[in-house]
Amino acid sequence: MGGIVLSNGAVMSADEIRRAIVRIAHEIVEQNAGVSDLMLVGMRTRGVPLAERLAAAIREFEGETVGVGALDIGLYRDDLPALGTKVEIKPSELPQDIAGKRLVLVDDVLYTGRSIRAALDALIDYGRPERIQLAVLVDRGHRELPIRADFVGKNIPTAKDDDVLVQLEESDGKDQVIVTERRD
Amino acid sequence: MSKLLIQGGRVLDPGTGIDKVADVLLVDGLVAGIGSDLSADGAEILDGSGLIVSPGFVDIHAHLRDPGQEYKETIATGTEAAARGGFTTVCCMPNTDPVIDTRATVEYVLRTADATGRVRVLPIGAVSKGREGHDLAELADLAEAGCIAFSDDGAPVADGALLRHAMEFASISGLTVIDHCEDAGIAAGGVMHEGWVSTRLGLQGQPAAAEETAVARDIAVAAETDLPLHLAHISTRAAVDLVRTAKQRGLPITAEVTPHHLTLTHEAVAFSQNGSNGNATLLYDTNAKVNPPLRTADDVAACVEALREGVIDAIATDHAPHADYEKACEFDEAVFGISGLETAFGLCMTLVRSGDLDLPTLIERLTAGPVRALGLERSVPGLGSLAEGLPAGQAGAPGDIVLIDPEAEWTVEPERFASKGRNTPLAGRTLMGKVVATVYGGEVVWAEEKVPA
Amino acid sequence: MAKNATRTQTSRAASTPAAKRPTPLNPDATSERLVPETNWTRRHLLDVDDFTSAEIELVLDTTDAMKEVLARDIPRVPALRGTTIVTLFYEASTRTRASFELAGKVLGADVINVAASSSSVQKGEALLDTVRTIQAIGADVCVLRHHASGAPYIAARESEFRVINAGDGQHAHPTQALLDAYTLRSELGDIRGRKIVIVGDIAHSRVARSNMWCLTSLGAEVVLCGPPTLMPVGLNGSTSDAEEHDLPPVRVEYDLDIAIEGADAVMALRLQRERQSSGLLPSLREYSRLYQVNGERLAKAKPGAPVLHPGPINEGVEISTEVAHGARSLVEEQVTNGVAVRMAVLYLLLRGEQP
Repeated sequence: MGGIVLSNGAVMSADEIRRAIVRIAHEIVEQNAGVSDLMLVGMRTRGVPLAERLAAAIREFEGETVGVGALDIGLYRDDLPALGTKVEIKPSELPQDIAGKRLVLVDDVLYTGRSIRAALDALIDYGRPERIQLAVLVDRGHRELPIRADFVGKNIPTAKDDDVLVQLEESDGKDQVIVTERRD
Repeated sequence: MSKLLIQGGRVLDPGTGIDKVADVLLVDGLVAGIGSDLSADGAEILDGSGLIVSPGFVDIHAHLRDPGQEYKETIATGTEAAARGGFTTVCCMPNTDPVIDTRATVEYVLRTADATGRVRVLPIGAVSKGREGHDLAELADLAEAGCIAFSDDGAPVADGALLRHAMEFASISGLTVIDHCEDAGIAAGGVMHEGWVSTRLGLQGQPAAAEETAVARDIAVAAETDLPLHLAHISTRAAVDLVRTAKQRGLPITAEVTPHHLTLTHEAVAFSQNGSNGNATLLYDTNAKVNPPLRTADDVAACVEALREGVIDAIATDHAPHADYEKACEFDEAVFGISGLETAFGLCMTLVRSGDLDLPTLIERLTAGPVRALGLERSVPGLGSLAEGLPAGQAGAPGDIVLIDPEAEWTVEPERFASKGRNTPLAGRTLMGKVVATVYGGEVVWAEEKVPA
Repeated sequence: MAKNATRTQTSRAASTPAAKRPTPLNPDATSERLVPETNWTRRHLLDVDDFTSAEIELVLDTTDAMKEVLARDIPRVPALRGTTIVTLFYEASTRTRASFELAGKVLGADVINVAASSSSVQKGEALLDTVRTIQAIGADVCVLRHHASGAPYIAARESEFRVINAGDGQHAHPTQALLDAYTLRSELGDIRGRKIVIVGDIAHSRVARSNMWCLTSLGAEVVLCGPPTLMPVGLNGSTSDAEEHDLPPVRVEYDLDIAIEGADAVMALRLQRERQSSGLLPSLREYSRLYQVNGERLAKAKPGAPVLHPGPINEGVEISTEVAHGARSLVEEQVTNGVAVRMAVLYLLLRGEQP
């Protein structure tokens, strides 16, 4: 993390993350009038554990199991050479055919919208879902494409050169969201 | 009367046993005196202080490519390269186009050398017509025209009977046959030494036995005829051992080794010599493609040892210049050969620096050794020495002198070669030991700018 | 011809039962290695001789993702849209070229095939002139197959585009080695500690050379087996010799019945028929009597040990018909995996982080 300093510490605590997930889970079920034909698709990397947590929450209060898939958008990105980071890609794994399903795409942070654009392209290559909704833990603004989230954990206003880091138990050992200021 | 006085250098002439600080006076192109306080009256003066002053080097194995392959080298460029490398005599191989197998071609070479050459050129005639290995060339006629030895170099004399007959016929003129020792069947089209590096690179290897069986056969033929035979570019330990044994038996066998076979191994084909090969890929360095191929470190050690002991008589460059495009291609398709005249001395000096060879021995193997190996004093009395008076009644040896700075460091820059052939695996290498000036027939034919007084 | 091969391979990929549908999510699998650790730092793929096991595994993991793409009804993604791949083949090879061509097309790249027979190559145009032409066209990658060992290295030194070695002389065939490793990993799980026997004409085989590096890097025990006339010099040393000499740590065994004992996998190489005429073999009969991978010999390997072959097979010479078409043959999987591995390599070279 060279060149990055913590500014104001965690902007979401573990409890806030937990509550946001439970709330989004309720909203998803409410908006879709139940869970039939519903499928959650987590975007690698951190969207996948978030989708699993949403599914677990839904199972808790609805008593029904919702399918969870994992989507890798590496092959659909248009910003990779610039980013130059995530070279590793994994197979996308979808539990069933997505044709006719109501999909909820799950990601950790919504920023420019380019990843979501790539994810939509990727999903459509698998078939024609009835609808696609978007759930994110954090919306930090600065959209570059006409894309908005249907379910948002927390809106966090940021500067363009801030970094928003979502850390999760499953990948990072603990739950929190941090905003750091990039310093060159 | 032209006079040249070289003052204050360390005169080192292993041939006559001189090794002292002295002046050397050349008069009318011949050595006239060695001593202190020689009269500088009317003489051009070269300051030799701090330098080694030795007889000009004699290269008994070079390819000048002229006639026919002037795009690779000409007698003019080749002898310019020789002068820069300290060589005042170059014996040129007959694998030209046309082959040097007739009087006319010999005369062409001598005439062109006379007109455009910077140093002495002594042609080697072909053993067989067209170097085809079938019919003997007219060896006596070639000798009369000026050839000083015979060879089909580039190819071995595959037919042992032909080799024997060539030696017998050459003896009429008192000349020596030179054989390129390679059994074509065993060599099997190999493009480098057969060993772990050829396995590493997936290149067809040429086993050491290809050279060794040919050396053994040649020695057997020499033993039967008791006629002199010179073995070109010896490169393996077993070949060296065969030569050693033959000499112990008193056979008239002589041998040469190239500077590259004394210093480089087959690893030069694959890996950078600069050590910083980090994540670099394999070289497939076509400039290290040469025949016989660069061998193992053990072979190199054996050649150095044999040179030191005198089992190998001479260092010969096997200067083989080629056009860039003949090397800028796939390894299999690249031609064999290293452009060696201008790097020979500096490269051999690495052996002096490492303590494997002393300087007088190195000079001997570049001067008196090669002259003895081919009996060249018959053609040029006093060649390769600084003798003052010769039995033939001549005033002294040819005024061929090289001035050497053994401590000077320099970097090999092929693009600055005088030779048209920039094909060397040494590009970028720093060498220590440099030819500062070359005097041929009493005239300075090459000098670093600062040296002439 | 290329078109036919393309279609065949597409349908085979799509009909592989295991890959028919996107695989269900394994909850345990998502938490492992969520954050990528290995970066791709190579401009060219010339051989796998200096690859770390982590780099090889990055290719194989990426191949998993490519297999998933190939299994779709419409196997096409835009990952390499806008890039140009030139395949330059100085040797005929239907399958390798078709495999690369399909790999490029699935990833959305433009693929131009230059065959030696139909280009100025046959008019004596020098390799480096051809390299300059390909550069001028604006190619991003050149997939080069050449009869001379080292040709891709020479091309790579002179080019601004990336070079993938699709087989050079007797030297290397890195994508074949990677697809073999992928196939073995899919079959055996971890390759570490597994005994893999490579049988045949080792001396002239670029497949064998690259496989030695790749498999030993992954920790396999590699045993080479073939007649002494077809074994390259310098390989039969101890491990320390191999290190000193920059050769892979392999073992040589001339008796196939001994070599194959307890093997986890057997890889047979194609025997070029001209080896007989060049005096390296008395006859094909003599060769197959001693070195053919057949049912009887395979029984001495571990139960179920798979058999690989880079193709095309001389049935009844290096491998018996029953084994070539038997249950333990992975030859078809190799072909399918070949496309996916080449996709992975193209993707990593063009989209990986550059040094």
